[in-house]
Amino acid sequence: MKHLLSINDLSKAQAIAILDTAQELARVSDGPMKKLPTLRGRTIVNLFAEDSTRTRISFEAAAKRLSADVINFSAKGSSISKGESLKDTAQTLQAMGADAVIIRHGASGAAQRLADSKWMSGAVINAGDGTHEHPSQALLDAFTIRKHLAKSAQDLNGIKVVIVGDVLHSRVARSNVLLLAKLGADVTLVAPPTLLPVGVESWPCKVSYDFDSALVEADAVMMLRIQLERMSELFFPNAREYSRYFGLNGDRVKLLKPTTLVMHPGPMNRGLEITADAADGARSVIVEQVSNGVSVRMAILYMLLAGAPEDDLAGVNKEMGAML
Amino acid sequence: MSSASSSYLLTGLTLPDGTVSDIQIVDGVIAALGNSRPNSSGAQTIDFSGCVALPGLVDLHTHLREPGKEDAETVLSGSMAAAKGGYVAISAMANTSPVADTAGVVEQVFALGQSAGFADVFPIGAVTQGLNGETLSEIGAMADSNAHVRVFSDDGSCVHDPLVMRRALEYVKKFGGVIAQHAQEPSLTKGAQMNEGEISSRLGLKGWPAVAEEAIIARDVLLADHVKSRLHICHLTTAGGVEIIRWAKARGIDVTAEVTPHHLLLTDETAKSYDPIFKVNPPLRTQRDVEALREGLADGTIDIVATDHAPHPAESKECEWQEAAFGMLGLESALAIVNQTMVQTGLLNWEGVADRMSYAPARIGRYASHGQKIAVGAPAHLTVINPTQTYRVDRDLVASRSRNTPFHGMELTGVIHGTFFRGLPTYFSGKLTSIHSQNRIEIQGGATL
Repeated sequence: MKHLLSINDLSKAQAIAILDTAQELARVSDGPMKKLPTLRGRTIVNLFAEDSTRTRISFEAAAKRLSADVINFSAKGSSISKGESLKDTAQTLQAMGADAVIIRHGASGAAQRLADSKWMSGAVINAGDGTHEHPSQALLDAFTIRKHLAKSAQDLNGIKVVIVGDVLHSRVARSNVLLLAKLGADVTLVAPPTLLPVGVESWPCKVSYDFDSALVEADAVMMLRIQLERMSELFFPNAREYSRYFGLNGDRVKLLKPTTLVMHPGPMNRGLEITADAADGARSVIVEQVSNGVSVRMAILYMLLAGAPEDDLAGVNKEMGAML
Repeated sequence: MSSASSSYLLTGLTLPDGTVSDIQIVDGVIAALGNSRPNSSGAQTIDFSGCVALPGLVDLHTHLREPGKEDAETVLSGSMAAAKGGYVAISAMANTSPVADTAGVVEQVFALGQSAGFADVFPIGAVTQGLNGETLSEIGAMADSNAHVRVFSDDGSCVHDPLVMRRALEYVKKFGGVIAQHAQEPSLTKGAQMNEGEISSRLGLKGWPAVAEEAIIARDVLLADHVKSRLHICHLTTAGGVEIIRWAKARGIDVTAEVTPHHLLLTDETAKSYDPIFKVNPPLRTQRDVEALREGLADGTIDIVATDHAPHPAESKECEWQEAAFGMLGLESALAIVNQTMVQTGLLNWEGVADRMSYAPARIGRYASHGQKIAVGAPAHLTVINPTQTYRVDRDLVASRSRNTPFHGMELTGVIHGTFFRGLPTYFSGKLTSIHSQNRIEIQGGATL
């Protein structure tokens, strides 16, 4: 596997291998010496053509903990804001010897365009492309769910995950549906009909318009960010009505099982899709998702760049044995 | 040799009705048909055994980009692409810069076509000023100009205001004009990128619902019926649209419709590559739609094939899908694709192809000197195709100034061996030659007596 553009690029075994590797790498992050020498001398570019805080910092931390040289490249203050094309940007990065490009872009398919073109030869990692996919987010979500709830140390067989909100515009939802279903979880999407894509029936999940009946059985509830500009596009009448039917508030949290996880990929709109008592309550793993993100992204970089056998952990275990 | 340069004997051709015949051309006119005619007139003889002769092809929907976007195409380069694709008449869409909404612009485009000398270029006039959708352009002046415009279209934009559409339909009745509608309800397609369906949803590309096209078609056939005027629907893409046209024709409404070669062959599956070479307006639809379009073209519900040839410079396609321009080249590959999707599949015979690609488009556009049956006395506009020969499309070998063909690398069946415009070979033996420089042509493979 050279690139990570979509969850479809991963077999179930590869996905599990990433989660297992991340689990091992998390031990490094917990230890006193956080760095591994694995990617010493390699250059990784964070190409963020769209604003991002946690994903960019998370990838940067992951790459640095593997000793790679990291170059950050954001839209603001760069030639992208001067209208430079993706092609020219890619060729510039190629000329500078980038071994991998982590790309966040507002256009769906931008990561695949970069990977399929002859503009550059390095590995491409999709850090969120338009309304298409966000595979590293799905992997960290699966990692978080597995850590808390999985009966086996392998997949997510039988775990009920409810994903709520703007599925239509959500790359997090697309990647999560694909990955969680691949790992055996039982996924239900909950949204107003306006925010579900045409053809969602063909996705490997269930669909419901009724949050209250879906949440009772849930093992994990994943809230999606709702953008306020959706109101002006007539997807729902107003924020109050959206919150009433699709927001996670204290009353709905009380209906959850005691072990149910409350998740959110961030950034949150507190008071809209989630209230403070839900976001900060005992069931919330929202902050933990962020720290798991670093380990999972280390595992992704490790798998793509360190030349490790894709479903074999011997490499990382041996390396860590030497470190710890 | 002046007589030799305007006199040809084409031998061994199969005519659209299936008969094998030679065709004698003298001074731009078909002078004789029949077999084994002795060549006594000093004509150049060209052996076309195994090839089919069609009446010269007529395209009702071409973007030539001149004036305004000469980096993408000019009237000259587009005319050359037309000749290479077997066309002898093309229709220049109005969405240039400036827009073809005055007599001045359409006369300029018409004159450029005449001086290029590869095909007749018939300008299409804009329905509304600057394609603004609100105020009628100088329709009468364009109709009365040297360009004799009969087809009016805001193609690229939809005439979405029903009152504007009604008035336009009524106004062109004065001179037997036709409104060619680009059927796209704008508020249902804001920011739309591709056909709305399972694939757009998975790819996260904003969907373009079939209903956005069909709602306008349904409205406009009813308007055309009400005001008893002539309506043409550009680039039909959906099964539902075909059904609406079928219903309207059964009801006696004066509506015609076109389909593009790419909509007869490609589907929205191609978007999975995110390669915007497949981005086009209206978008590629599903296999079910493709089959309905082929059926509609076969049974005559769809009257014509039109290319919607839409050249774009490299940078408009070498980018992210949502940044890319809509449109693809069409002129040079159209006949091969029709051969492949309609003739080789048994859906249409050559008489049918002659109708859909020559007789009917000329009739809709009122192009009197075109679209005539191959007969003695008819203007010698001819297209010669070897229908079983294959070739691989190479974007670097196109005659168009742009290279945005979605068929690059594909093997197509049907190779054009010659195009005769006003009796002269504009395309023959791999060479493009203007009718104005025919004294420089050297016919290869044919004996000169």
